[in-house]
Amino acid sequence: MNDKPEKLIDKKGLRLDGRKPDELRPVKLEVGIISSADGSAYVEHGKNKILAAVYGPREVHPKHLALQDRTVLKCRYHMAPFSVQERKSPAPSRREIELSKVIRDSLEPAIFMEYYPRTMIDVFIEVLQADGGTRCASITAAALALADSGIPMRDLVVACAAGKVDDTIVLDLMDTEDKVGSADVPVALMPNLNAITLLQMDGILSLDEFESAVNLALEGCKQIYTMQKEALKTKYVNIKEENKEEAEE
Amino acid sequence: MVAVITRVKQKQIAQMIAKEKRLDGRELTDYRETKIEQGIIERAEGSARVRLGKTEVVVGTKIEMGEPFPDTPNEGVLTVNAELVPIASPRFEPGPPDENSIELARIVDRGIRESKAIDTEKLCIEPGKKVFVIFVDVYVLNHDGNLIDAAALAAMAALLNTKMSKYEIEDGEVKIKPGYEQLPIKKHPITVTLAKIGEKLVVDPVLEEEQVMDARISFATDEDDNICAIQKGGSGYFEPKEVFEAAKIAKQKANEIRKKLNW
Repeated sequence: MNDKPEKLIDKKGLRLDGRKPDELRPVKLEVGIISSADGSAYVEHGKNKILAAVYGPREVHPKHLALQDRTVLKCRYHMAPFSVQERKSPAPSRREIELSKVIRDSLEPAIFMEYYPRTMIDVFIEVLQADGGTRCASITAAALALADSGIPMRDLVVACAAGKVDDTIVLDLMDTEDKVGSADVPVALMPNLNAITLLQMDGILSLDEFESAVNLALEGCKQIYTMQKEALKTKYVNIKEENKEEAEE
Repeated sequence: MVAVITRVKQKQIAQMIAKEKRLDGRELTDYRETKIEQGIIERAEGSARVRLGKTEVVVGTKIEMGEPFPDTPNEGVLTVNAELVPIASPRFEPGPPDENSIELARIVDRGIRESKAIDTEKLCIEPGKKVFVIFVDVYVLNHDGNLIDAAALAAMAALLNTKMSKYEIEDGEVKIKPGYEQLPIKKHPITVTLAKIGEKLVVDPVLEEEQVMDARISFATDEDDNICAIQKGGSGYFEPKEVFEAAKIAKQKANEIRKKLNW
């Protein structure tokens, strides 16, 4: 259990997994992979493997939660029992309940809530494997799933963390860096509106370090944003090619 | 959450704040009058009541012996819980903690934990086997906004008021000795929350301001000018420059409060 590495950054300035301080882990995004859902997305961010599905707008359940002037956004962040080293009980933990709330708060500014009064939009997030930064990868996936469902949005939401390990501000902390490092700052962004929709921090940072960490995280967000848009386009390119093949047959 | 004030009043509050005026006459960066009483519950190992304007929070601490976490075998355990009891607001319902009370407890927890406020290594009795577990229970008695700051302040005040039994180990058994000692405290984090209403940042929002705010952001800072914990909440957003401005204001306000309290 206590195999904490002494140094998180080596003499060459590289991290445990060989990344430079401002380098993201490999990210893979796919859209429209759950046929039953109105929208869905799959994210691999480092070793994180996360699914997000959107159902709705649909009838509100329970009914008394319905709002007369806008839709109700519900969000459930959930980790699979096998997603972490020691089995996690499938019952929602306090951490999962808090994350469900902050993820919902991060997505809501992007949605035109007033377009669907007296309805509910469900966002379900399942973490199949966790590797540090699951809340950020979850937001990236959930925003894609919302876009895939066709719900009108002001912008996509994309999230990425920065933090401090061994006195260096680094981008996109993986599990060990998150646990052993001295601070973690997850940030969610709507890039076109320059709007931060999630910001948390734990650890110890000076004000200057905090500013650099946020700015670095925002750079990371922008890189993933490009991939998000690409993933949405890819889905339709694929559909077009499938149709073409069918027509030729 | 359903607002319990009229749209007219919501609009009025928003318009006033756009002109940098508040309902209660405060400046945008003014904190409400803060009153702290410690040791109000004799049965608890430590306790405090904080009044932040009309908002009122009581925190009691209890200490038990328990097992340490496997990854920190030499450290005592901190557990924070928050109860939004129905006595405090027409919107609170009895029952298991909902997402709001869980978020509140976890923000308070993070401020104390990440600032390393408690010297948890001194709470170890037998490494890997026996440590002291500190229970911090936040009890909201009246909700007039900014429960986060009131709860965080009350929790710190209660911890500073917490006494532990002295003990000795005899043949591997823990024996309680007469007398008490103070819970070892290393840092004094203070949490300051700002609400964004329109284009403005407002310190220490009252309930009515919370009902019109776009979003809120809370910063826990320590006496060495470090930020130890942050939480953004609410369904709006902040621009990066607003976040940095809020951080500076929060740090400054925390220092003012700390100076007043002599923490």
